[in-house]
Amino acid sequence: MPPLVQAIDLVKHFPVPGGVVHAVDGVSFSIEEGETVGLVGESGCGKTTVGRTMLNLIYPTAGELHFEGRDIFMLKPRELQTLRRKMAIVFQNPYSSLNPRMKIKDIVAEPLRTHTDLRGEALRERVLELLDQVGLTKQHLLRYPHEFSGGQRQRIAIARALALKPKFIVFDEPTSALDVSVQAQVLNLIGDLQRELGLTYFFISHNLSVVEHIADRIMIMYLGKIAEIGTRENIFDHPLHPYTQALLSAIPLVDPDQTKQAILLVGDIPSPVNPPAGCRFHTRCPLAVPACQEKVPQLKEMSPGHWVACPYTTPPQML
Amino acid sequence: MDKDILLNIKGLKTYFYTFDGVVKAIDGIDLTVYEDETLGIVGETGCGKSVTSLSVLDLVPPPGKIEAGEIWFEGQNLLTKSKKEMREIRGGRISMIFQDPMSSLNPVFTIGDQITAVLRVHQNLDKYQARQRAIKVFHTVRLPDAEQMLTKYPHELSGGMLQRVMIGMALSCQPKLLIADEPTTALDVTIQAQILKLMHDLKHEMRTSILLITHDLGVVAKICQRVAVMYAGAFVEIGDLRVVFQAPKHPYTLGLLRTIPRLGHRRERLDTIKGRVPNLIHPPPGCRFHPRCPQATDICRQRRPVMVKVGAGHQVACHLYPPA
Amino acid sequence: MSVLTEGLERLNLRYTTYLLRRNPMFVLGLLIVFALVLCAVLAPLIVPGDPKKIDFKAKHFPPGKDHPFGTNVRGQDIFGQVIYGTRMSLMISTVVVIISLAIGMPTGLIAGYFGGRVDEVIMRATDAFLAFPPMLLPIAIAAALERNLLNGLIAIAVSWFPWYTRILRASVLVTKEELYVESARSMGVRDALIILRHVLPNSISPLLIQASMDMGYAILFAAALSFIGLGAKPTDMEWGRMITSARAEFIDFWWTATFPGLAIFVTVLGFNLIGDGLRDILDPRVRGR
Repeated sequence: MPPLVQAIDLVKHFPVPGGVVHAVDGVSFSIEEGETVGLVGESGCGKTTVGRTMLNLIYPTAGELHFEGRDIFMLKPRELQTLRRKMAIVFQNPYSSLNPRMKIKDIVAEPLRTHTDLRGEALRERVLELLDQVGLTKQHLLRYPHEFSGGQRQRIAIARALALKPKFIVFDEPTSALDVSVQAQVLNLIGDLQRELGLTYFFISHNLSVVEHIADRIMIMYLGKIAEIGTRENIFDHPLHPYTQALLSAIPLVDPDQTKQAILLVGDIPSPVNPPAGCRFHTRCPLAVPACQEKVPQLKEMSPGHWVACPYTTPPQML
Repeated sequence: MDKDILLNIKGLKTYFYTFDGVVKAIDGIDLTVYEDETLGIVGETGCGKSVTSLSVLDLVPPPGKIEAGEIWFEGQNLLTKSKKEMREIRGGRISMIFQDPMSSLNPVFTIGDQITAVLRVHQNLDKYQARQRAIKVFHTVRLPDAEQMLTKYPHELSGGMLQRVMIGMALSCQPKLLIADEPTTALDVTIQAQILKLMHDLKHEMRTSILLITHDLGVVAKICQRVAVMYAGAFVEIGDLRVVFQAPKHPYTLGLLRTIPRLGHRRERLDTIKGRVPNLIHPPPGCRFHPRCPQATDICRQRRPVMVKVGAGHQVACHLYPPA
Repeated sequence: MSVLTEGLERLNLRYTTYLLRRNPMFVLGLLIVFALVLCAVLAPLIVPGDPKKIDFKAKHFPPGKDHPFGTNVRGQDIFGQVIYGTRMSLMISTVVVIISLAIGMPTGLIAGYFGGRVDEVIMRATDAFLAFPPMLLPIAIAAALERNLLNGLIAIAVSWFPWYTRILRASVLVTKEELYVESARSMGVRDALIILRHVLPNSISPLLIQASMDMGYAILFAAALSFIGLGAKPTDMEWGRMITSARAEFIDFWWTATFPGLAIFVTVLGFNLIGDGLRDILDPRVRGR
C-alpha cells in the first residue's frame, strides 16, 4: 500500500527585508493510512510551515507532496477542490480560528455549503450530527464563539474539520492554548475520533509529552530540517540525535525525585534567516566537531524505521 | 520548618467588579512564604494565581479591588502602605517578572537605559555607578557581551535573553522576594531549561525567596520546594513538593496529576476531570470543586471546607479531611 | 419554532440596556439624530404655513411669537426653513456617505485582500486624491460640473472615498491574517465568499465609525460649498445656503445666520456622538466578554 501522504524534499523560503527565511529546507517523510505522525520542534523549526504546506495553504519553493499518489501542487483547481474534501486542518488558536461574527451552525456548515448541495433541513441535520460527535448539543447552534470556552471552541473546530468526512487531518498545536484539564478531554476526543472514523493524523506540537501520548511515529525538526524520525519507542526510549536527547532532557518531569539533569544547550536558537552552515545544530551541540560546520548531515536509517541526521550519534544516557 | 517567615498572606480577598457581576477572583486565602525557599503556586487559567501575586504588589488593575485581608512583609502590612511606599518596595524589596519579557520592556529604550533606571530609583547611584552595576548584573545572569548588551534594544534580543535581562533587573536590587509569573511559559523548552537553572542558581547565591506562579507541574517539580495548588480563587492543598506530588490528598490535585500526559508513562486514554472551571461570579455553593469531584458528598455542596493540617507541612481544604 | 425563541434570546435586551446606560453620549447622539429625522418627516406638521412664502412686510423680524427664529430679508420664516432644511441636510449626509462608501468599500477590500499590483494601483490612485487639500478638490470638481446640489454632493463624495479606502484597507490587512480566514481557505472557499463572509464583517467597524461621524461632516462640507456659491441654489432650503444668503445682513440681524448655523452644529454633534459611541460599543464587544 503506498503511503497516504508523501512529502518529497519540501523547501519553503520566505523573503524578508534583510534576507531569506529558510523555514523548511528539504523535508521528506511519509504518512501511512491510519497512523498518527507527530511533528515536534521549537520556534523557528518550520513545523507550522510544513503543516500549512500539507493543505496547499502555502505553495512551496520546491518539492512535492503526494496525497493518494498525486502531487497536490500539480493539481488543477477543480481537482484541488476535490482534494480539499479529503483533508482538513485544525489550528492552534481556538480563539481566532472561528469567525467571531458567525454562529456556530454556520461555522460548522461552511465546508458543507462549499462542497455539497446540502441545504436547509438536511444541512441542519448533518451539522447536529457533527456537533454530537464532538460532544456538543443543538442548543449551541445559534451561539457565537465568544460564548464558549477554549476547549469547546476546539471541539467546534474539530466538528468543522470532520464535516466532509476527510481521510486526513492536520492538527497544528490543537491543545497548546488550553488548560491541562481541558487538554486531556480534547486529546481523548481526537483519539476516539481516529478509532471511530479511521482517520490519519499529522499532529504538530512543541509539547513532547502530548506527542508521546498520541503519535505512532514522530519527526523532530530543527531550523527547517529533520533531525530524527522514528517510532514512539525509538524516539522516547532510544533517542539518537543530540538535539532530540537535549530536548527530551529539558522537559521537566512531574516527579519531585527526578534526578536527570537537563543537557543544557549553549545559547539561543539561531535565526532561520541565516541558518548555521553545515549541520544547523552545530552551534549548540555538545558533540560538535569541526566537521559539523562543513557537511550537511543526511538522514540515515540506523535501525528499521529509525532515521537520524547526525554522523556522531551516541546512545543516550539512561533517561 | 525553622525558617523565618518572609511573607504572610491572611484572608486575602480580591474582587473584580464587572458588568456581569462581581468576580470573586480570590476569596479568602492564606499563604506563607518562608525565607530562602521557592514556593510554587500552581493552577489553571482563572484560578486566581496571577491575581494573588498582583495583589501582593498592589498592581491589581481596575475593575479589581482588594477587599479584605492582610499581607505581612518584614513586619508590616503591605495593604496599609501608601502608593509611594509600595513603589519603593516594588523592585527593591519585592520584585516581579512576568510571562512575556517582550511586553515588559519598553521598545523605544535600550536595555541599558531600562536597567540603570531601575537601579537608580532604588539605590542612590549616579549614571556611571549604575552602568557598572548593570554590567555586573548581566554577568550574573550569564548574558554574553555585557557591555554590548547595554546598547541593544529589546527587539534585538531573543525571548530567552530578554527573560535573563528581566531576571537581572528584578534581582539587581537584591530583593528578599522574587515573584515570577509564568516566567518560562512563552519560551521554548530548551531555553526554559536554561532559565530554570539560572533562577535556581541565583536563588542560592542571593538567598532570595521565589514565589513561582505557573500552570506547568513539571516546572514546579523541577525547582520548587513547596507547592500551593489553587482552584477557583482558593488554595486547596499546600505542602512540601514531594508530599503533594507523591501523596496528594485533595481530589483536584489528584485529578490534575492524573490528567496530564507524563513523559515515559504511556496510557491509552488520559484521565479527565469532568466538567469545567466554574464561573467565579456565581461560584458553586460550598466547596467550589464539588461539581467536578468524584468524591463529593452532601456537605461538600453546603459548606466551604477549611484548610486543615494533615501532616508535617501539609495542609488540605477538603471535607474528606475535617478539622479534628 | 424553537429557532424563533432562540433568536429572541439572542436579542439580549439586558446587554443592550447596559450598553446604552454606559454610553449616555451615544444615546444623546441617537436622540438628536432621531429628532432630526422626525423634523424631516413631520415637517409639514411642525411648521405652520409655507416657509417659502415671501412677505416683504415681514422682513427681518427678530425671533418672536409668530416667528420663533425670526424672518429673513424676504420675510420668510426662518424656523420653517430650518425645519424643512433637515430634509435637505439628511439627504446630503446620506447621499455623500453612501456614494463614498460605494466607491471606498470595494476598493479598500480589494486593495487590502489581494495586495500586490492591485493594491499598488489603488493606493497610488488614492494618494493622488489625498494630495489635494480637503476642501480644494470638491470645489474644483463642483465648479467644473453644472452648478447644482447633486453635483456638489458627488464632488464631495469623490474627494472623500479615498479615506474610506484607506481605513478599510488597514483593517482588512489585519483581518485577512486571522486564522478563521486561513481556515476558510483551507476548505476551498472562494475568495469572493471569504471576503464577504469573513473579512468584511470583521473589518468594517472602523469604517462604520468614521462613516457615522462623516454624516455630520458631509453637511458641513455641503454648507461650505453653498457658502461659496457652488452646490445648493439660492432658493433651496439648505442650511449652508441660508448662511450664505445671510452673509451681509447677519451683523445687523443676527438671527438670520445663527439658527441655521446652530442647526448644523447640532446635527454634526449628534452624528459625532453616535460615531464615538459606536467606537466604544464595537470594540470591547468584539474583544470578547
